Amino acid sequence: MDAAALSSRFSALRDLAGKDMPTYETAGPDLLAVVKFLRDEQGFDLLADLCGVEWKDRTPRFGVVIHLLSTASKEYVRLHVPAVDDRVPSVSSLHPGANWHEREAYDMFGIRFDGHPDLRRILMWDAYPHHPLRKDFPLAGIEVPLPAADVAAITGQTVEPAPMMGGPFVSQGGRMSEGEPDALDQSWTEERPKS
Amino acid sequence: MVKTDFGYNSKVEGEVIVTRADAVVNWVRSHSVWPMPMGLACCAIELMAAGGSRFDISRFGMEVMRFSPRQADCMIVAGTVTYKMAEVVRRIYDQMAEPKWVVAMGACASSGGMYRSYATLQGVDNIVPVDIYISGCPPRPEALLDGMMLLQEKIRREGGSLRRTFKGRVVETKVVS
Repeated sequence: MDAAALSSRFSALRDLAGKDMPTYETAGPDLLAVVKFLRDEQGFDLLADLCGVEWKDRTPRFGVVIHLLSTASKEYVRLHVPAVDDRVPSVSSLHPGANWHEREAYDMFGIRFDGHPDLRRILMWDAYPHHPLRKDFPLAGIEVPLPAADVAAITGQTVEPAPMMGGPFVSQGGRMSEGEPDALDQSWTEERPKS
Repeated sequence: MVKTDFGYNSKVEGEVIVTRADAVVNWVRSHSVWPMPMGLACCAIELMAAGGSRFDISRFGMEVMRFSPRQADCMIVAGTVTYKMAEVVRRIYDQMAEPKWVVAMGACASSGGMYRSYATLQGVDNIVPVDIYISGCPPRPEALLDGMMLLQEKIRREGGSLRRTFKGRVVETKVVS
């Protein structure tokens, strides 16, 4: 790809010096123009992935990462987009394949995609009140009512935190577990009842 | 093995078999189980294998898989039941005519399995009554066949087979003479 053309066209673009592929951070308002430029003038015609990211100690807390592929030159480019006020413009008008990816990022992280044609939850049910992939959400879950009131009435069942029994069994040493302290057990077990 | 409930001696009784109504009805029911494959994950692949020629579930009279709950009397829950799917499982169970049975096939349907997470129901017995639990992740077709034969044993031991029930309760007892 023509990195010089990209950076001269979009001066606000920040090069993150990606080790595996060209990586840029772009502000939300520029995103559509950047993706359109990459698609129409640089040949990045395939949206390979779009996902949400939570940066625990950063502001803004959430971001979106987009991978674009050029099917002609077999090159990738990665775009980081910080989600200011948890909002990011939707790229589904340029790449229709982004539609469900954006719904997933909304479902799991609560990132709103401005301009999305149908921003509903895609994995959890519509009335679910939480965003499960956020770092402050316990893996075991939080008790909420079942999605169907009639089934809940018959069975008396709720969506309850799963018993962890000392798990999840993550490695206790090394940098990965230090970086993921929230992965340690936060829930009740058979021995230790719910507080 | 099952105690035979037939008292038949052709020299004494001629062409009459003396037995109990439960024994006859349960014998018929246990050999014409119509399963409803509630295939939710990889267990369903093993369930399909059990229906194929190599394992051949029809040897035991259970091959009539019906994808409509109204034509089935045994729901085989084969796979991970998420909370989102739980209402569907319960609703399909409610639509099955009685008498009906539920087989929890594999670790996920029995207990949530390895999915100790916010999204997964920790055992389908939280929402429907389960008759047989089959271990395995996924169970091999032999294990499913073994479980289904255990279900047949269980059906053969049931009492009150002439009772009519609705939602698990007896609604009337009528013997037509």
